[in-house]
Amino acid sequence: MIKLDNVAYSYGGAELFSQVSLTLAAGSFHFLTGPSGAGKTTLLKLCYGALLATAGQVRLFDDDAALMDRDAVALSRRRIGVVHQDCQFLDHLPVTDNIALPLTVSGREAEAAGNLDDLIGWVGLRGQATQLPPELSGGERQRAALARAVIMSPDVIIADEPTGNVDWEMSQRLLTLLIELNRMGKTIIIATHDMNLIRAAKSQVSTRVLRLKDRRLMQAGSEL
Amino acid sequence: MKIDLARLFDLIAGDPQADRAVPPTGFTARLTLFTAAAMAFLAVFAMALSLATGRLADRWSAELARTSTLRISAPADQADAQLQVAINVLETTPGVAAARPLTNDEQRALLAPWFGPDLPIEDLQIPQLVEIIESGDGYDPTGLRARLQAEVPGAVLDDHNRWREPLVAAANRLRTLGWLAIILIAGATGAMITLAAQAALAANAQVIRVMRLVGARDIYIAGAFVRRFTLRALTGAVIGTLVGMFAIWLLPSTDVAGGFLTGLGFQGWSWLWPLVIPPLAATVAFVATRAAALRTLKEQA
Repeated sequence: MIKLDNVAYSYGGAELFSQVSLTLAAGSFHFLTGPSGAGKTTLLKLCYGALLATAGQVRLFDDDAALMDRDAVALSRRRIGVVHQDCQFLDHLPVTDNIALPLTVSGREAEAAGNLDDLIGWVGLRGQATQLPPELSGGERQRAALARAVIMSPDVIIADEPTGNVDWEMSQRLLTLLIELNRMGKTIIIATHDMNLIRAAKSQVSTRVLRLKDRRLMQAGSEL
Repeated sequence: MKIDLARLFDLIAGDPQADRAVPPTGFTARLTLFTAAAMAFLAVFAMALSLATGRLADRWSAELARTSTLRISAPADQADAQLQVAINVLETTPGVAAARPLTNDEQRALLAPWFGPDLPIEDLQIPQLVEIIESGDGYDPTGLRARLQAEVPGAVLDDHNRWREPLVAAANRLRTLGWLAIILIAGATGAMITLAAQAALAANAQVIRVMRLVGARDIYIAGAFVRRFTLRALTGAVIGTLVGMFAIWLLPSTDVAGGFLTGLGFQGWSWLWPLVIPPLAATVAFVATRAAALRTLKEQA
């Protein structure tokens, strides 16, 4: 699916990380941890083509990201669902339209109209479907973002601190949704500081936990 | 930049979902509408100027080129004799179709702008004017002047070239300036709409980020902006053109007041010419917004 080979990323002359190799195989479940500022968000952005590595090679669905034009990157994004901590919605559109946005931009809104209703029910937002994003609570926003990320039935779901702004109960609900998606064969990678979330996931599904620290990516230690 | 008809039709048909993705921005909407309306209004006047000066140049070229004037300044007791000799010379000159002395009423009318309508022309010793109408390729002015000098010493032949050519040249230059003004108006419209589009793109950076995040291609994002600005420019240009045409229609007619400025308008089928302005403005807006949007999206990538 997505493969990083000996990748480095520098910003403003300073190296954020280097010698990073990572393979997100089909159906795998990864957690990415590490201290703030270690480069977790940057590493995830490399995984969906929002940034280009300064060294090494990133392959998105077998294509070299460095050689892809913007249209090709856009098309690859349709196979990758992204959930941000701050969600990133179009605040002037109701929740339903925000969730359907990936379908809209790919011209598939008609064929997936039924799925949209099911999906809104699956994330428990039927009552909020006509509300605007600023009117939602933190947990509702995260569920809406997750629904938007999966509406195209993507191969890979990338979540950057998806539980950062929600309570433990909501974190559990979101994790449950992500585990369900993984059981459907989706590849999942989640960046998080929340060790309890990782422990909860490990008790339910086979996961690989990676730690980005001191500019290197490594397997997480025994603390988990 | 290639513009195909299918793309233009798609543009007019639009994509309501794409349009909704970009929130309406009041400032740029009003700026585009006002700019297009003002520029279309000016373009109507520039077009009217071009067409009027074109008609003037054509008329001066066609009508004055076929006529000349002979002026006979002779003592009162020789005036009639010299006039008769001159008429005889002219009637026997190849290329002269007709030669006719102007009547007192006609000469009075010529002098009226300077001396008023009741000039006692019979009591004044003023030169006698003879209107010469040319035929075919016209006469040989050098040969005719030589004959007149020999037979009618007080005669001066004016073939109008001396003042007609600069007038025709001036009218042609005015016509060119009119079209140049239209080109400049189109350029200024494009520049203003480009700035408005860039402002709209900058104001919607978050919208662009989100649309990219969910897999929107640049052409899709640009399309939402392009359609909006094109339709705004078209609407503004329609308003400006109609107001401009109404203002031209209100100008005094040539029949009433005479003169060049009162002929600054459209005649007959030329009233259709201003209707070209709205689609032209929409095309300018389409090209300007599309270029600005794609350039900005490339820079933001």
